[in-house]
Amino acid sequence: MLSAEEIHEIEAEAQHYPTREAVLIDALRIVQSHRGWVSDDALRDLAEFLHMTEADLDGVASFYNLIYRKPVGRHVIHLCDSISCWIEGYAGVRRALAARLGVDFGETTKDGRFTFLPIVCLGCCDRAPAMLVDGELHVHLTPDNIAGALEKYA
Amino acid sequence: MTDTPLTKNMHADGSPVDLAEYEASGGYQAIRKVLGGIEPKQVTGMVKDAVLRGRGGAGFPTGTKWSFVPLGPEVPNPTYLVCNADEMEPGTFKDRLLMERDPHQLIEGMMLASYAIEADVAFIFLRNEYRLCAERLARALSDACAKQYLGKKIFGSDYSLEMHLHVSAGRYMCGEESGLLNALEGKRANPRLKPPYPTTAGLFGKPTVVNNVETLACVPHIVNRGAEWFRGLSRTRDGGTKLFGVSGKVKRPGLWEAPMGTLVREILEDYAGGMRDGVKFRGLLPGGASTDFIVESDLDLPMDFGGLAKAGSRMGTGTMIILDDGTCPVGMVRNLMQFFSRESCGWCTPCWSGLQWAERLLGAMEEGAGEPGDIEKLSELAWMWAPGHTYCALAPGAAEPLESALKHFRDDFERHIREKRCPYS
Ligand SMILES: Cc1cc2nc3c(=O)[nH]c(=O)nc-3n(C[C@H](O)[C@H](O)[C@H](O)COP(=O)(O)O)c2cc1C
Ligand code: SF4
Ligand code: FES
Repeated sequence: MLSAEEIHEIEAEAQHYPTREAVLIDALRIVQSHRGWVSDDALRDLAEFLHMTEADLDGVASFYNLIYRKPVGRHVIHLCDSISCWIEGYAGVRRALAARLGVDFGETTKDGRFTFLPIVCLGCCDRAPAMLVDGELHVHLTPDNIAGALEKYA
Repeated sequence: MTDTPLTKNMHADGSPVDLAEYEASGGYQAIRKVLGGIEPKQVTGMVKDAVLRGRGGAGFPTGTKWSFVPLGPEVPNPTYLVCNADEMEPGTFKDRLLMERDPHQLIEGMMLASYAIEADVAFIFLRNEYRLCAERLARALSDACAKQYLGKKIFGSDYSLEMHLHVSAGRYMCGEESGLLNALEGKRANPRLKPPYPTTAGLFGKPTVVNNVETLACVPHIVNRGAEWFRGLSRTRDGGTKLFGVSGKVKRPGLWEAPMGTLVREILEDYAGGMRDGVKFRGLLPGGASTDFIVESDLDLPMDFGGLAKAGSRMGTGTMIILDDGTCPVGMVRNLMQFFSRESCGWCTPCWSGLQWAERLLGAMEEGAGEPGDIEKLSELAWMWAPGHTYCALAPGAAEPLESALKHFRDDFERHIREKRCPYS
């Protein structure tokens, strides 16, 4: 079942569109913001609510990079692997992060604290290399300053 | 001092210009003026005369695009305006600044564009990662609504306009305008077959104009100060100023507003301070990942929509990525092909399978497993992605850096194969 809060937020977005289906991407984002990821159960709840099939929903959900169909850790690290960051030392930062976390891209640390993912250009190429942690931007990364950047995410 | 209308009000500390401050500096006067008795067609005419061309990368004349939208009482409602704020082109970081620092400038630009095409509803399609933009745009929209600058019968006129912020779920294809429309309809962001073009059958089948953030931000200034003034900002035939950015190993990576037609060399040397000590310039992508490399001998060409044609390239988004002599050109192209391959929507075979293949060939080359003949295979792949061979411009965009790298840095590709290693590692 969708929570009252989820329904309220989805309905607010739905008002902007002439069709019911159009709210789907907002709805996926909203459900994920409450539950951390979009499980099969969540997908079923949404399908029922929007009068669409689960297969249709999954086809859309799986297309988008930022909808998670697998559980993620308490915090999500998105390290930019696009061109300007690559030129400015992305590889060293990635190695240092992987060593520190003990996991590589696509994986979650054993304690469930971090999920580590690559992401396309974050639009701050003049401050490369860059990453997001829970959507918060960290720039001018070096192998030496990442530990400090991660500290506050318990 | 050259005039910098887009950025002149921005605060050095990064805080946004709020509604009161925007109005104190002449904000929301252009929309008042227009609603006070200027016809929609006249607004489009001004934008045409100003020679405003689309800042999303392709440079399509903005007024001409608007003039394709059917006007008048018989047109079935609603007509839509969509602001393309997806900014996912690698190396591009210009629209972020406009939204974070002066959100009302964009909103007023959207109001004017909406009026010109008689739009009833406008959307800002924003990439998910731009969280600060989302907060500031949401705040600006709610402030504008509270003053009834948006909504029913705005500024006491007969014109009504709703404006909404849509936050994407992340995919490069959402920036392609027909993919964007599918995403707004709650679908996968596959592109649509054209024709019909969005201006006649776009969002939910209704007439729709899609414009880039920077394009729309120019419009209030054109209406306030006139087409001739706007043309006069430029050093060439394309009107206005342009946001230019530089990333890579220069002394001062950054973003600046300068006259359209500023020379590549001036941006690289005067604005970005030239190369860092210890590295030399080898080449650059003038405007994002989907543009052709240019080299030293091309640096005195102007950055405008036609100026780089002589060098076989184009301005694209105007944010340059610099290749230095310590960075491997093969590695750089490999990184770009990985991006395009990952983001391909998979609809056309030459695109998705060709990109995977290019990525594998380049990866092998970097790891010392390149073979004679690989360069020719890469050229063939790039040829397969030519415009007209695929449904959208993603694959042709991928061909640009690959083909031009094979031309300018061929020695490097050959050395990788001959020496069975990356000479830069
Ligand atoms: C794969 C792909 C991605 C694109 N991404 C963007 C983008 O993020 N922002 C943008 O304004 N235009 C983007 N474009 C260009 C748009 O399709 C469209 O031309 C543009 O938004 C039109 O606005 P303009 O005329 O104001 O430039 C992209 C095109 C392609 C093929
Ligand atoms: S060119 Fe690539 S991204 Fe564009 S429609 Fe074809 S497969 Fe999709
Ligand atoms: S390439 Fe990493 S932020 Fe642009």
